[in-house]
Amino acid sequence: MGAEFVQFSLTPILIGTLAAIACALPGNFLILRRQALIGDAISHVVLPGIVVAFLITGTLGAVPMLLGAAGAAVVSVILIEAVKRLGNIEPGAAMGVVFTTLFAGGVLLLEQSDTSSVHLDVEHALMGNLESLIWFRATGWESLLDPVALASLPPELPRMAVACAFVIVLMLVFWRWLKIATFDEGFAEALGIPATALGLGLVITAAIAAVAAFDAVGSIIVIAMFICPPAAARLMTNRLERQVWWSVLFAVLSAVLGYVFAGYGPLWFGSQNAVSAAGMIATVSGVILGLACLYGPHRARLGVGREDAAT
Amino acid sequence: MTPLLDALLLNAGYNAALVAIGATLLGFAAGASGTFLFLRKRALVSDATAHATLPGVALAFIVMVALGGDGRSLIGLLIGSAITATIGLVLIEWIVRRTRLAEDAAIGAVLGVFFGFGIVLLTIVQTMSAGRQAGLEGFLLGSTAGMLYQDAVIIALGGSLAVFATWLMRRPMTLVAFDAEYAAAMGYDVRRIDLLMMGLVMAVTVIGLKLVGLILIVAMLIIPPVTARFWTERSGRVIWIAGAVGGVSGYVGAALSASAPAMPTGPLIVLTAASVFVFSLIFAPVRGVAAAVIRHRRFQRRVHRRQGLLSLSRQEPIREPYTLRLLAKDGLIRADGVPTDTGRAQAAKVARDERRWDVAREVHQDAGLTGRYDGLTPIEEVFTPDEIQEFDRRLGPPVAVGGLG
Repeated sequence: MGAEFVQFSLTPILIGTLAAIACALPGNFLILRRQALIGDAISHVVLPGIVVAFLITGTLGAVPMLLGAAGAAVVSVILIEAVKRLGNIEPGAAMGVVFTTLFAGGVLLLEQSDTSSVHLDVEHALMGNLESLIWFRATGWESLLDPVALASLPPELPRMAVACAFVIVLMLVFWRWLKIATFDEGFAEALGIPATALGLGLVITAAIAAVAAFDAVGSIIVIAMFICPPAAARLMTNRLERQVWWSVLFAVLSAVLGYVFAGYGPLWFGSQNAVSAAGMIATVSGVILGLACLYGPHRARLGVGREDAAT
Repeated sequence: MTPLLDALLLNAGYNAALVAIGATLLGFAAGASGTFLFLRKRALVSDATAHATLPGVALAFIVMVALGGDGRSLIGLLIGSAITATIGLVLIEWIVRRTRLAEDAAIGAVLGVFFGFGIVLLTIVQTMSAGRQAGLEGFLLGSTAGMLYQDAVIIALGGSLAVFATWLMRRPMTLVAFDAEYAAAMGYDVRRIDLLMMGLVMAVTVIGLKLVGLILIVAMLIIPPVTARFWTERSGRVIWIAGAVGGVSGYVGAALSASAPAMPTGPLIVLTAASVFVFSLIFAPVRGVAAAVIRHRRFQRRVHRRQGLLSLSRQEPIREPYTLRLLAKDGLIRADGVPTDTGRAQAAKVARDERRWDVAREVHQDAGLTGRYDGLTPIEEVFTPDEIQEFDRRLGPPVAVGGLG
């Protein structure tokens, strides 16, 4: 845990952890509302958003990228809703039609424009580059107090921290509303809670978390973190408050263990090359979910006895 | 347009023709076999299946290299992808059955985790000396340009088998898709049929991997059935229409991509299918948006016309501009709002209808027939002439409306 760790591993682990938390928090509600796959849809449409933003602004700056991706996410949510209502199509199929089409459009635009020459390609979008977000100027733990060294932190870290804080604040402010609207939409509307707007707000918040994380860690983590930690947490408890805490714990565990396994795991097997950190984080979250499915105290459906569940 | 025409007529060279034929067959197979997944409201299972093929591709490569091969045998890679895709499907089914997690969470979890693990394996492959030129990344988005004759044969054989199996199993799968409980009561093993349905989709996914890639094959499985559903209410026809939509999209998409540089095949096939979808969404005869708008307008016109005529018969002033326009256009009132002779006659008929309905409601209080009164249906469509005569007898002689002079 010396200087090398601070320089090469501390910032990626922090960024990965913040990204995991920012995605897992809205994921709790998305899962309860049976909208878990919104995260999947969003992470696919981010690609056309980024390409369009690049074509318009001509730069790869963070702000236009984020705006483009967020815009695409909102457009896709609106399109899904439109297809669902106009065509009277069930939500899953509507989602499938919209996100695959937008993704195809994004790939086509990418091939048609010269964007592939600059650093913008599909693989990067999928895998992110967590490993490369190192803190060059750090010389050890004392750098944390050194303003010169702090100034050279990868910009993804503060950006992810802001996004994560934003999600947490929204969550705290709207906690009661979210809780009521998630479990009983009719009751929420009777209380005067704007349930539809709240639902849209939740999806937009998820999109913001996804887009911020996407930039740093790629879309694989985003999809996995929206679903795996909250799903595992749901099998641990019946109370929403505790579920959220469990999901945060699982998200942090996945990010830290995943990064460590990706960076150091191959060394244990005598290999010199690290594997994809984003992929490993997703894998660890899947293992956690698998364990929760097998041993979680509240894994069975209500009303299904242990014996029924075991058949 | 000439290059496009050439490509459409299979004149753009051997390879382009091969790709076009392969894409057509794949599109047909995907559309047909995706139909039941859509009807069973499980369209997105295909998304998880497709993503779950990635670790299999990478594992198969690693195993083949470890056994001394060069790892690029397509059959080997496809077998590997089929194995992990099947594991993914079984896991989804297991999670839904054994835990309280909903199906969408199970799909998403399998999708994200398998894909993540696949990427981990891909990074291992890239560090292997044989892996640098393996081109496994092509499985992400498809790599049509390198399509070989044997790939086309695999697609043709596998695709035909998938379509044949879909056709063979259409009855039990239709039953399960529309009413699983009824199917179970009829003695069908719903779980096995579900697994078979997903197995079919898995097969098509694996076959299509090389051509359109694992992300876009999902579109080929979902978009054609959704499109086909607009054109028919019969599940048997949905299969063939979906197949046709998929096939045409594959053909046109491949031709478009052959006709110009930097036009990737997979996305173009998907975008072609999406255009057919949008066209159907708008113009389909019964379920389309245009048809719905026309229906709504027609209904609106009937209500306004009826209300306008009733107002005429009661000699009440009409203020609603749309009603006025409508009555004037039909020659029922003059420009100054005074009813014409036809207008008076029609108004009298409508007013008589209303009075007949009043009587009918008194006479048939519990008949259920009067429940069909919606203010628009002519009474002749509900009651027999004898009954109407009886109503008229109670009403007394007809009265002229709006004065006669």
